[in-house]
Amino acid sequence: MGKAGAFPDPADKKSQYSDMLGYLIKRLIQMLLVLWIVSLVVFLMMSFTGDPVFMIVPIDATDDQIQQARRILGLDQSLPVQYWIFISSLVQGDFGQSYVFRQPALALILERMPATVEMVLVAMVLAVVVAIPLGVYAGANPNGRLSRIIMAGSLLGISLPGFWVGMVLIYFFAVHLGIFPSSGRGETGEVFGVRTSLVTWNGWHHIILPAVTLSLATMAILLRMTRAGMMEVARQDYMKFARAKGATRQDVLYKHGLKNALIPVVTIFGLQLGDLIAFATITETIFSWPGMGKLLIDSIYRADRPVIVVYLMLVALIFVVINFLVDLVYTLIDPRITLK
Amino acid sequence: MTVQTQHALLAVRDLRTYFHTFSGTVKAVNGVSFDIGEGEIMGLVGESGGGKSVVGFSILGLIDSPGQIMGGQILLNGEDLVTAGEDRLRQIRGREISMVFQDPMTSLNPLHTVGQQMDEVLRLHSDLDAAARRKACVEMLESVGISRAADRLGAYPHQFSGGMRQRVVIAIAMLAKPRLIIADEPTTALDVTIQSQILKLMRQQIAARGASMILITHDLAVVSEMADHITVLYCGNVVERGRTRDLIETPAHPYTRGLIDSIPDPANRHPRLKQIPGTVPDIRNLPKGCNFRDRCPRAQALCAVEEPQLRPQNASQWAACHYPLQPGDLA
Repeated sequence: MGKAGAFPDPADKKSQYSDMLGYLIKRLIQMLLVLWIVSLVVFLMMSFTGDPVFMIVPIDATDDQIQQARRILGLDQSLPVQYWIFISSLVQGDFGQSYVFRQPALALILERMPATVEMVLVAMVLAVVVAIPLGVYAGANPNGRLSRIIMAGSLLGISLPGFWVGMVLIYFFAVHLGIFPSSGRGETGEVFGVRTSLVTWNGWHHIILPAVTLSLATMAILLRMTRAGMMEVARQDYMKFARAKGATRQDVLYKHGLKNALIPVVTIFGLQLGDLIAFATITETIFSWPGMGKLLIDSIYRADRPVIVVYLMLVALIFVVINFLVDLVYTLIDPRITLK
Repeated sequence: MTVQTQHALLAVRDLRTYFHTFSGTVKAVNGVSFDIGEGEIMGLVGESGGGKSVVGFSILGLIDSPGQIMGGQILLNGEDLVTAGEDRLRQIRGREISMVFQDPMTSLNPLHTVGQQMDEVLRLHSDLDAAARRKACVEMLESVGISRAADRLGAYPHQFSGGMRQRVVIAIAMLAKPRLIIADEPTTALDVTIQSQILKLMRQQIAARGASMILITHDLAVVSEMADHITVLYCGNVVERGRTRDLIETPAHPYTRGLIDSIPDPANRHPRLKQIPGTVPDIRNLPKGCNFRDRCPRAQALCAVEEPQLRPQNASQWAACHYPLQPGDLA
């Protein structure tokens, strides 16, 4: 955008916009490049992991039947030809059919996506709402007793495996106290054409336990990042200068401190967000949550190659998009960072 | 034992600020007293580690753990700031007493616009509405010599040069019309050519508002141009104080003399710059007697036994030395 060290000049506006456009085009090309490489890697990986035909045909199938199945699936072609067919139909919007369901693979995934995304969103909001204030507190009072308790708790959050936490939560809240359901997604309602359980009371009732399970590790990481950032920022002169102006401790911490400590927190937030959407598999399995992570596991068991490939492509796309958004957020936080 | 000014705006009495560290207690400020009258500029001088900045932060109540004010009084118009609560101190900070820091590159928040950082002071210390605050900020920026002030309220600190940033810092310090400015090495981090501009600006601003200033610096040359009085600190103690002219022309303490001699003098080119031999002793483990005796050319047996007290040398000058220099002495 503008030159660093110069004041914004109205005459610069035009060049700013063309800079911006150039940046967006560059990012788009980068994205496509990443996706293409991912498609190559995923496709090759899949080709080396056994023959899916045997997972599909009946156990007593004849050689003829196996050959026929292979032809129908296009697996009799050479690898480059298979890839060409795959990538050219991909570009035309055809993401292939599930071997198992005989339905378009993409539709299969997208159908389950809202369930995963809503659970992840609840988990991430929960993580941020808890982690940021506690992290700020622990960073501002590094030697306090409460800070030590918070840090010990965050260590547990990082080191306890999700499946174990999930089972403990189910045992305690579902089996023992009986206040939350142990599994499944609740009633859904439709918002903007998306079916989500976040609009029904019953849906929220079901989502709490899996979302808490999913959020703990992220919460712990974000908390520790926030604390480390705040401890670093606390030493800066502008913090003391703000206090010398007469600002309250709270204002100094949140208005002056937190924003400066936020860049690494946002980075980790983005990575965790992508990670949870893509691989909430374990939590979804424990809570029988009908999300896309569970579909991935099922597809791997059934060697449903097209679903796996599309799934991984979609995950790559999600990461690339989140990464781009994180870069945009950087520029909102720090005026010294520009999109170039 | 003090130079009594008729109406002392700020009176510091036997201030002691200690830092409790693992390797012992650092008595950074150990029994410092001085007065500043309305409209006066006082220079607080000494080497690095002499406790100058700690005095400044003590006055504002901004000593952080492991530091602690252990005793003494800081009287602002008779009100003791040492015993004042945090709420009262917040009213005083920025409003009655404000501070200018050493490094303008780090004392402004890089993520807030200059306008936001100025506005914060007025929101804290005035009842003005947004438009009036903005007007006040623009006027203040203009008065510290920043052109196109209205446009620049929206600019970020990284879009300013070091000298300009220090002007902004001074503008922020002046905004709520405080009666005392504590300037902690305000020009040390700046280009030499910018230094005199900033000093001139500060003197103008202070004079125009009838405010007082504590100018903390290691640079006697700067302070001799600016200050009405000078207080010299060594190892957390006042070793000499007096009217600027007397103290510069006829220093009584050998340490003050050493500081004056180490100012480069362009007119009188010494082959080598004079310097005070030795280094500041470990402040955690100060020797008995006079703290300066190991570096002092006049030290005698008594200096190792008894700590010298601040005593009047003449009508305006006090020094803590057993064998003070007399006018005419060549140490």
